[in-house]
Amino acid sequence: METYNIQKYTIADFKSDQALRWCPGCGDYGIYNSLLKTMVESGIPPYETVIISGIGCSSRLPYYTKTYGFHTIHGRGAAIATGVKVANPQLTVWQITGDGDCLAIGGNHFIHSIRRNVDINVLIFNNQIYGLTKGQYSPTTKKGFVTKSSPYGTIERPFRPGELTLGARGTFFARTLDVDLVTSQMAMKAALNHKGTSVVECLVNCIIFNNGAHDWLSEKETRADRTIVLEHGKRMIFGRNKDKGLILENNELKVVTIGENNITENDILIHDATTTDYSLQMKLALMEGPEMPIALGIIRDVEEETFEEAMEGQIKRVQSSSSVKTFDDLIAQCEQWEI
Amino acid sequence: MNGEMNNSKAIEIDNVVIRFSGDSGDGMQFTGTLFAKLSAILGNEISTFPDFPAEVRAPQGTLEGVSGFQVHIGSKKVYTPGDEVDVLVAMNPAALKVNAKTIKKNGIIIFDSDAFQTSNLQKAGFKTENPFEELSFPETIQLIPVPLTTLTKKSLEEFDLDNKKVLQSKNMVALGLICWLFNRPIDKAYHFLEKKFNKKPNILRVNIKALTDGFNYGENLQLSISTFIIEKSYETPKGKYTSINGNKAVAWGLIAAAEKADKHLFLGSYPITPASDIMHELALRKDIGVKMVQAEDEIGGITMAIGASFAGCLAATSTSGPGMALKSEGMGLAVMAELPLVIIDVMRSGPSTGMPTKTEQSDLFQALYGRSGESPLVVIAASTPDNCFNYAYIASKIALEYITPVILLTDGYLGNGSSLWKLPKLEELPEIIPHYVKPGMEGCKVTTRDEKTKIPYRSIPGMKGFCHCNGGLEKDYTTGNLSTDPINHEKMVLARQEKINNVTNIIPDIQIEGNEDADLLVVGWGSTYGHLISAINLLNNEGYKVALAHFNYLFPLPKNTEKVIKRYKKVVVCELNTGQFAAYLSSKISQVNFFKYNRIQGQPFTVNELIAYFKQLLS
Repeated sequence: METYNIQKYTIADFKSDQALRWCPGCGDYGIYNSLLKTMVESGIPPYETVIISGIGCSSRLPYYTKTYGFHTIHGRGAAIATGVKVANPQLTVWQITGDGDCLAIGGNHFIHSIRRNVDINVLIFNNQIYGLTKGQYSPTTKKGFVTKSSPYGTIERPFRPGELTLGARGTFFARTLDVDLVTSQMAMKAALNHKGTSVVECLVNCIIFNNGAHDWLSEKETRADRTIVLEHGKRMIFGRNKDKGLILENNELKVVTIGENNITENDILIHDATTTDYSLQMKLALMEGPEMPIALGIIRDVEEETFEEAMEGQIKRVQSSSSVKTFDDLIAQCEQWEI
Repeated sequence: MNGEMNNSKAIEIDNVVIRFSGDSGDGMQFTGTLFAKLSAILGNEISTFPDFPAEVRAPQGTLEGVSGFQVHIGSKKVYTPGDEVDVLVAMNPAALKVNAKTIKKNGIIIFDSDAFQTSNLQKAGFKTENPFEELSFPETIQLIPVPLTTLTKKSLEEFDLDNKKVLQSKNMVALGLICWLFNRPIDKAYHFLEKKFNKKPNILRVNIKALTDGFNYGENLQLSISTFIIEKSYETPKGKYTSINGNKAVAWGLIAAAEKADKHLFLGSYPITPASDIMHELALRKDIGVKMVQAEDEIGGITMAIGASFAGCLAATSTSGPGMALKSEGMGLAVMAELPLVIIDVMRSGPSTGMPTKTEQSDLFQALYGRSGESPLVVIAASTPDNCFNYAYIASKIALEYITPVILLTDGYLGNGSSLWKLPKLEELPEIIPHYVKPGMEGCKVTTRDEKTKIPYRSIPGMKGFCHCNGGLEKDYTTGNLSTDPINHEKMVLARQEKINNVTNIIPDIQIEGNEDADLLVVGWGSTYGHLISAINLLNNEGYKVALAHFNYLFPLPKNTEKVIKRYKKVVVCELNTGQFAAYLSSKISQVNFFKYNRIQGQPFTVNELIAYFKQLLS
């Protein structure tokens, strides 16, 4: 695996001079700052980086960087990013999207880019609401939630991005929280290093239309007890006192306390993000409070051939056995006759 | 088939229209294609048109399942696959019935007499045992019953084949017979069969045997039937030729343009009739390095192409009417972000799913106007199967040099029809110089343009010193930053429009064909060229004075359009829709009353109907 640790750049090389226009207190700032840091630390030149976005508050992000950027149309970011990556596999491609852009209007492109395993890094800014259109429910809005377009509460079941990603045969899924810069950077760095479609669900707060949606997790005092940061090869231990852990009982995940009921650290599950069997990863991705902690960090990170590798490989294979290399060759080999 | 009868066994004619017709499993497309190629090798002009059902395999023997392939060959230039048929090869009663109205009064029908039993006659809806009487064919039509099934069985006795396999070779026996009828030496056909079946030697032997026996059957008939000779064409310029259909020609035009412009070619596409063959051809061309992605939907097709264009490829997307509708928003983005893109619409009968296998020119308005906002882009149309190559090439050239999306309109008739094509060399094709940034321009903005032409300079990811953010939001003319300033928006709209208007500087003037001093100017665009020019030539030969102005560049129009049209007293616009080009021309040219001739029947014009209408206008 390639790693990028040569510090060549500073924030100034990636941050544009455009005034940031997210609302004061918006969770997007946290993810944006984590992304800037990740890009700086990666050592990848800004001119070899492309940031593609769709429509929505988060999709303004490309204007705020000095990389190549393309602020496109609603929902199509994944397809456009696919075109960029296939056109030039040398480029590092980020896709910035939101829960509406990615999972409603762009749902089809999202699942198919995952299925193809195009090497793009997808950051889903999930605030469970449409912000830019001023407050309608999104595909991740909790059932019953009152919004402008659901004045009596939504009657729709929400998507769970992790479930959708794994269901679409995703090779990488991570989750982070706008206020948790450490986990955000860890997830983004892992996404960058992962070859294939990397989906990072970023739980962000919309201060205007859905303020506090993730407060239950975000609150500093309780965060350690209500979330678990997963890292490959490490035991699933969490809590303020690092005394809670996850075990499997009757094929179900269960929270236990180390030191109680004869539970020792050795009983706690070790996280395997790299196993292709996603059954446990799916369980982790679907954990919900208050009984269970919400999983953050890298939930799945599996190596498989990427789409553009397969494309380049096939081109090379065909080229090695074909005498047609140019247009004139093509003409020369076609059925023809003299008149 | 205007032949002079004489006493020799072979009659010389200058052109003939043959239609091979049978069940969709009878191999009629292959047979027709082979015969056309064979004729082309012998130096004839060719024009072909397949006419197949939408169903992959409709019930055997039914009218719905009839698949046809029409070939027009001539010793002089042929422009169309022909209105009416001189020779019909009918593999069953359904094929006879479907084509009954298209057979000329003095035509020939060769039919598989074994297939004309009661059950098949009933499947085709005949009520009696004599379908010819039932269809009230004139006596001048010559009927040649041939026991094709029996012949094929006998021919292939020596091979160890099951009945189904044997009957699949009926088409080869029929082809052998047609080769005899038109004095085509069948050893030339062996070459094509060898190429087609080079990995299946047994099938090759079976086909050659069936073909040869069909030819020999004809030889033995000789006493009762005359054969025909079509001399090679002396009008065709000397050179190397192939036969090409419009879809393949489009694909190859894109390939040539990409190489000329030193770009990788990317196609994002989604399967749709009748455009899919463009995608198939480009999928095959991995040897040249073409990157083709079959997208998850039409929108994915165009937006992937937009991404690839952003990243520096020559990018294209291919589709038909319903797919165009889905691509509208993507086209708007390519207009706003000013990115090179070629959009190919192989038009079919609409609206909605319409008649997918039938041709029409009814997407013109969609191409010209079908986007939100002020979003001008270049619209051009090919007019023959072989010039689909040229116009795909030119579409790419304009896209890369003017940094704009270009729509290329072809249709089912051009896409599936084929004509003779003189093989080009890359060096003979015009230069393509993409309007990209040059060293020394580092720091220029996404909106920086050549002030004279209004063409912006594009840089591509990977280039150092040119990082920028593009997008669908309005930008400031000077800084390239987001802007909602009212004056700036108008300035940007006009700049994008002016850029497109400037394309007129490189497109050729409209040329008048036929009689310059005509009493009637016929105006057409796109695939109707062959039928219109045939009608006009015939009328001028009869002493009428008729001219043709045929358009390939639709938006912007050639500079001299208004001048040319106003030169004539009577102008008729002919098109396969309800009058879209006529309405468009009326919006551009004042004080001209256009006559209109329109057909919306899913079929090309016939030369005869055009002649009849033009005569009426001239009287």
